[in-house]
Amino acid sequence: MPAGPTQLAGQRVAEALDRALPGIVTVSNDEWVEVAPARVDEALHWLHDSEEFDAAQLSSLCAVDYHDHFAVVYHLQSLDLNHQIVLKARVSDHEEPALPSSYPIYKGALLQEREVYDLMGIRFEGHPDLRRIFLWDGFPGHPLRKDFMGIGQGLTSGLRRFPFEDKANPDRQLNRDNLIGDEQDVPSEWSGTAPA
Amino acid sequence: MVGDGASMTTSAEPYVLNIGPQHPSTHGVFRIRVVMDGERIQDLDMIVGYLHRSMEKLAEERTYTQNIPFTDRADYLAAMSSNLGLCLAAERLADVEVPERASYLRVIFAELQRIASHAMANGTLVSDAGAWQTPLLYMFREREKILDLFEMTCGARLTTNYMRIGGVAFEPPPEFWPALEELVDELPDRISEYEELLTQNEIFVARTRNVGIISAEDAINGSLVGPALRGSGVPWDLRKAEPYCVYDRMEFDVPIGRTGDVYDRFMCRLAETRESTKIIRQAIEGIPDGPHKTDIPLALRPPPGEVYGRVEGPRGEVGFYLVSDGGPAPYRFHLRAPSLINLSLLRELARGASLSDAVVTLGSIDIVVGEIDR
Amino acid sequence: MSDQPVPRRPATPMAQQILDRGSLLDDAKRLPSGVKAAGAVFALGFLAVNVAIAYIVIDGRLDGHWYDFRDLGNAIAQLRTELDDTGTGPWLSYWVTGLIGGVAILSFLGGFLLIGSWIERRLLARFQIRMGPNRVGPFGLLQPLADALKLMQKEVLIPIGADRLLFFLPPILVFIPAMLAWGPVPWAPNMAYLDINVGLLYVISITSLSVLAIWMAGWSSNNHYALLGAMRTVAMMVSYEIPISLSLLVVVLLTGSLNLNEIVAWQGSHNVWMAFLLPFSMFTFFFSSTAEINRTPNDIAEAESEIVAGFHTEYSGMKAGLFLAVELGNALLVGALFATFFLGGYTMFGLEEWVPPYLILAVKATTGYFFFIWLRGTLPRFRIDQLMTFAWKYLIPLSIANVLIVAVEATIAARWEAEGIVIYGSFALVNLALTVYAVRAWARVIGYSAELEHPEGPRTADRIGGLKAARQIRTGA
Repeated sequence: MPAGPTQLAGQRVAEALDRALPGIVTVSNDEWVEVAPARVDEALHWLHDSEEFDAAQLSSLCAVDYHDHFAVVYHLQSLDLNHQIVLKARVSDHEEPALPSSYPIYKGALLQEREVYDLMGIRFEGHPDLRRIFLWDGFPGHPLRKDFMGIGQGLTSGLRRFPFEDKANPDRQLNRDNLIGDEQDVPSEWSGTAPA
Repeated sequence: MVGDGASMTTSAEPYVLNIGPQHPSTHGVFRIRVVMDGERIQDLDMIVGYLHRSMEKLAEERTYTQNIPFTDRADYLAAMSSNLGLCLAAERLADVEVPERASYLRVIFAELQRIASHAMANGTLVSDAGAWQTPLLYMFREREKILDLFEMTCGARLTTNYMRIGGVAFEPPPEFWPALEELVDELPDRISEYEELLTQNEIFVARTRNVGIISAEDAINGSLVGPALRGSGVPWDLRKAEPYCVYDRMEFDVPIGRTGDVYDRFMCRLAETRESTKIIRQAIEGIPDGPHKTDIPLALRPPPGEVYGRVEGPRGEVGFYLVSDGGPAPYRFHLRAPSLINLSLLRELARGASLSDAVVTLGSIDIVVGEIDR
Repeated sequence: MSDQPVPRRPATPMAQQILDRGSLLDDAKRLPSGVKAAGAVFALGFLAVNVAIAYIVIDGRLDGHWYDFRDLGNAIAQLRTELDDTGTGPWLSYWVTGLIGGVAILSFLGGFLLIGSWIERRLLARFQIRMGPNRVGPFGLLQPLADALKLMQKEVLIPIGADRLLFFLPPILVFIPAMLAWGPVPWAPNMAYLDINVGLLYVISITSLSVLAIWMAGWSSNNHYALLGAMRTVAMMVSYEIPISLSLLVVVLLTGSLNLNEIVAWQGSHNVWMAFLLPFSMFTFFFSSTAEINRTPNDIAEAESEIVAGFHTEYSGMKAGLFLAVELGNALLVGALFATFFLGGYTMFGLEEWVPPYLILAVKATTGYFFFIWLRGTLPRFRIDQLMTFAWKYLIPLSIANVLIVAVEATIAARWEAEGIVIYGSFALVNLALTVYAVRAWARVIGYSAELEHPEGPRTADRIGGLKAARQIRTGA
């Protein structure tokens, strides 16, 4: 798996988390650890304060839409120990998704949570100033959701314009089956399935 | 009554001042609504999104290679660094080997881009402090030469689109190398010139010293990265902490500030340009012969999985969070934009400061609106 | 990498042009030969005329007659006697001479505004390794004319909610004091439009009038930027009037006259410039004037990076043009006043016998203007509280001390029977030493911190880490 060079194994974090806050970890593998969404602030707080992990900085916060659920991904890092922790929270409610805010722990979450709220529509309870950041109030929907104006609903795929052959190097002609030729097979090819 | 300071204070009605979206010191279409009491700022609210293109959504419709030009347009002052970030992330995701010569070329171009970007950042900062564009234009002189080098190599000056997954797009032309060496020879002199002109200028020092102080704790907690973090005295540089390309073979120092004020951030940038010239010189000496890229399939289909790749751009950590579902386009493409996240502390910094100080502080954080809005 | 030398690719055309840029002299060398010849003929002719005049003067035949071109005031005086001789009463001669003088000042200023903005832009461009305007006319000389035409064609916008009358008036009102202040400036011994005994008071009071117009502009624009700019201007002008007045009071103490002509004549007859005698006053006057006329480093009233254009943010078209023109004219006015008070005015150690004195003054005034441009291309801007601090805590106490010291010196000069060079030479040395010492000592007293003088550069980190590493490096662990 393409884990980063300084990324901690999820199981190690999960073990420690489970010891300190029993029952908080739901899934873990060697890349990331997933915690119960309602208790994500507890997990962040513990990781932030712990001597062993010292997650002093929230490096990045974003959300991924997996059709049936959202995954909010926290990339935490310790500058002193030079390692990275990937924490995930699974938000199943697709209509009114909500999570506790991490702003009380990380001030750096201020704008990132607003961004996730704007583009993905996940509410962060406890955020002091949760408004849309890029789009205007009243914009219909949240653009980064997979059900927002996909192919066939007005958006033209960039893949449609993908070249079928390299004209400078005809030997590198690609297998036509690998590419998207017709419009109807676009969604089934790459847009629909979520990674395991 | 007389002599009693508290009873002598006057009160004034606060008013709202709109700085931007078109304003000389917002460096782009960036708007700040400021509630002011005389010259003091009581509160402020950032309004961004005027340049929003929903890059992350568009990226889900394009292959990994097709997404490289988007990264040019995100941070248009440091296109090479963002290019590099995406390529490194995609290479790790798809497990692509990069030839050594390509890694060296990447280091050279990323460092050139850092010098160009820092020249712009420092120039506009001094311009914000009121030196009527003179330092900016002097710093543009070097930036211009660097952009000429870019143009020589890849035909574009700003939106370079030079890095590729598996290497770089083109081998630099033969006339590139003497021009590069000439530039690297004269850069230290130029940097010394700026140091003489600006760092001892009392007005500039009075304007920037002890202004906009960010403590090390706040800087870390507020997710600040790059010179904004190092200016506060935190010795954090991804080139050292998590060496990518061939940075582990380069010898360079990480300059850090003393108090975390505007002046420290300015000085850190200036010192970093000096370190960058050192890196470029080492890269010129050490660059091996060989191919400049590995061939990858045009429609790269990485195995399902996810990756967070990051590089130290001029403004700090540029991170790319890519999720693949095995298709030719990323399932999710997230750009961790240092310009946006570095603004997290602006409100706290500007509250209680005067308008002049807030403008200089904003200039020292060094934002690029294309990257904020994406 | 190949070892054999590869020709350097030529830079882009614009970059090449900048690289190839020469000095202004090189520009002059590229002039067409006809222009060169005409210039040479003009210069030689000018020299010849002056030498001829000087010869006649030394011969003693042309002293103070109307055809003495060194002093156009003689011609006006002659005209006045002739008009008075017609018997129509004094009103006719007053009106005619007044009109002539007024038109002369206006046309001089108008001409200067055109050439001055070209000089400023061109010089700034040279300071900033740029080309500057070089497209309209030879060397871009007609650029100001084109700009003026463009500004006149533009629509004059009045913002919604603006006070229309108050918004309309300021560009005109700000122009009037800028013109009136030229009155008492002596161009030659007999060539001052207003040769009044309270000339210095007149100049100080007239120049302070423009603050009203600026406040009107800022208030009536219904714009916060304009209001902020106007507030800053008012605060700054009120503060810096005092050091200016105090620094000029010192001049009056030494010369014993408020008449500008006599101040110049005093410097001429003693063969010394006030600049040598009173270095501190000179600095105070120059620095405070930059605040009065909103030039760098004190251009906070129209600080571009903070409040866009300050009090004239909302003005467009020729109204904005008038503000800009006044700014330029004021810079030249301050140059002329500076020359009059501190650089010997129209005198130049005897050269005024040979060269028309008004040309000497014009050169000196333009030199002052050049210094303003130089500062603009060099220095950053102060913050408003720093400027206020500088005026009230620094300039005003020191100026008062300066007045005391010079008062003592003036008393000594009146009683000391010695050669002028001994008296004023010793004063100059004492004042220079006092200035250098007092400026440094007072800076320490009011808490000028040493770190501003020698700021420390960045540290080099010997490790990578977060807060712990930062603390360790800071404490030297």
